[in-house]
Amino acid sequence: MKPDLAVEIAGIRMQNPVTTASGTFGYGFEYAKYVDLSRLGALTVKTITFDPRDGNPPPRIAETPSGMLNAVGLENPGVDRFITDVLPGLEELGIPVVVSIAGNTVEEYAALAERLDPAGGISAVEVNISCPNVKAGGIAFGTVPEMAAEVVKAVKAGFSRPVIAKLTPNVTDIRSIALAVAGAGADAISLINTLLGMSIDWRSRKPLLANVFGGLSGPAVKPVALRCVWQVFEAVSLPIIGMGGISSGADALEFILAGARAIAVGTANIVNPTAVTGVLDELEALLVQQGVRNVNELVGAAHR
Amino acid sequence: MSDLIAGETLALIHDAGVLANERVSDGVYRLILYAPDIVRAARPGQFVHLKLSHSTDPLLRRPFGIYGADLAAGTLEILYQVVGRGTKLLAGDRLGPVLSVLGPLGRGFTVPAPAAPVAVVAGGLGIAPLCFLLDELGAAGQDGVLFQGARTSDLILAGERVARTGFDRKTATDDGSAGFHGSVVELAAGELRRGRFSYVYAAGPALMLKALCKVMREAGVEGEVSLEQRMGCGVGACMCCSAAVHGYPRKYARVCADGPVFPAGEVVWE
Repeated sequence: MKPDLAVEIAGIRMQNPVTTASGTFGYGFEYAKYVDLSRLGALTVKTITFDPRDGNPPPRIAETPSGMLNAVGLENPGVDRFITDVLPGLEELGIPVVVSIAGNTVEEYAALAERLDPAGGISAVEVNISCPNVKAGGIAFGTVPEMAAEVVKAVKAGFSRPVIAKLTPNVTDIRSIALAVAGAGADAISLINTLLGMSIDWRSRKPLLANVFGGLSGPAVKPVALRCVWQVFEAVSLPIIGMGGISSGADALEFILAGARAIAVGTANIVNPTAVTGVLDELEALLVQQGVRNVNELVGAAHR
Repeated sequence: MSDLIAGETLALIHDAGVLANERVSDGVYRLILYAPDIVRAARPGQFVHLKLSHSTDPLLRRPFGIYGADLAAGTLEILYQVVGRGTKLLAGDRLGPVLSVLGPLGRGFTVPAPAAPVAVVAGGLGIAPLCFLLDELGAAGQDGVLFQGARTSDLILAGERVARTGFDRKTATDDGSAGFHGSVVELAAGELRRGRFSYVYAAGPALMLKALCKVMREAGVEGEVSLEQRMGCGVGACMCCSAAVHGYPRKYARVCADGPVFPAGEVVWE
């Protein structure tokens, strides 16, 4: 019997729990010839900033054991071109669209929220709080509970639909950040963003990435991500979108059991352009094999 | 939204049978894949993105320029040099009978050339995509000269393939073991400056392309160069394989989707 895959995240109805991790799936169009985008539970697009950004100089990518580092530097066309050029095409997909946003000041996050609020076709914003706060000496917003809360409050004030806070794992205690964003009014939490890392080319004796540091993702980070989902599930009652190294239906199921109501496929898209629907098909097959009627029954089930 | 979307629309993801994977020179191999659908769509200068193992390590695909595409046989040829983990695995005994191939990807060379005669300038393994180009230029009845450079004579590759295209070949080696003793750019510079050629195509190491573009600018001759960059998705989404090129909305173009072939005069050499 076909299991019921529909889930709800902060009032957003998803036909299944599978979305894309921001930054790994472009704006969706790039994958349209490989994947039937209308099958996704939701589409989460690459992070938008207020002004266009060139991003970091190359090289921006380095392979690591079962993972990769990236230092793209949030290259994007800026919010206005996103609204005029990209958003109309996304609306036609008929699935929820989540727009990831980032800024270097609280004011920039607030301005993004206000600019996106009247635009149609956006189900939620995901607040990428892994960016450096230029007014606090470059400390990432997401690493200090008060700063994370301040950003979420500013976005909530300007945006009338659900706000998802995306947490960074590069913290001492992720539960304290989760509690802070929950207290600031976040409607859901997504996690994890990439782990800060680096790679050195021993031949040239130089860092491999032009930016020196980059974000680690892929199968290598899955155990860390799973642990973070587990901890946040126990700390707050908000719905969780889990991600970090998911490349199979079994991986997705692990995150759901740890407490994720929805999951995102990230780096696997970069390896295989059909990965996201592959994970969806495998997840459905696993639920059938396990005799699970409704995927919601398994959310957080490993805690019980 | 045009510039936000990958250009071509024919790319496919396929499991392709490995028909041959043979050593042709020191550290250089020729891979032949059975991939008729990809062969039908392939254009010179495009590339395929190969997954070299079913494991997560190495995780990422590797891009390879298309060396040859035989429509009748349905075979795709790749010429590669063992330089890192990926190519070591590709050349090794443990390569499976089938490889996941994503492609053909990217924007290739302009064929036929806007003007002839053409100079085709190859550095090292840059000869691989240029051989496919020579096939098509020859079929279009255009003539010119191939300037082929390498570190040493063993790496002046693809002699038979080049001979079949009917193009004249002039060679250069860094160690003087074959042809002109020096760089291929020095070899070609004189004729380029004398206005012997109306269009240039090139592929090879970045430093060689940079030097060539300088000569082309001085000589007032236009052309196209194929760039390489560490690559992620191959489909224009992850924004990892950037190169600074004029004419795009922002500073960087995507080598995988906007290139790998770019107008020589638009590339910003840093």
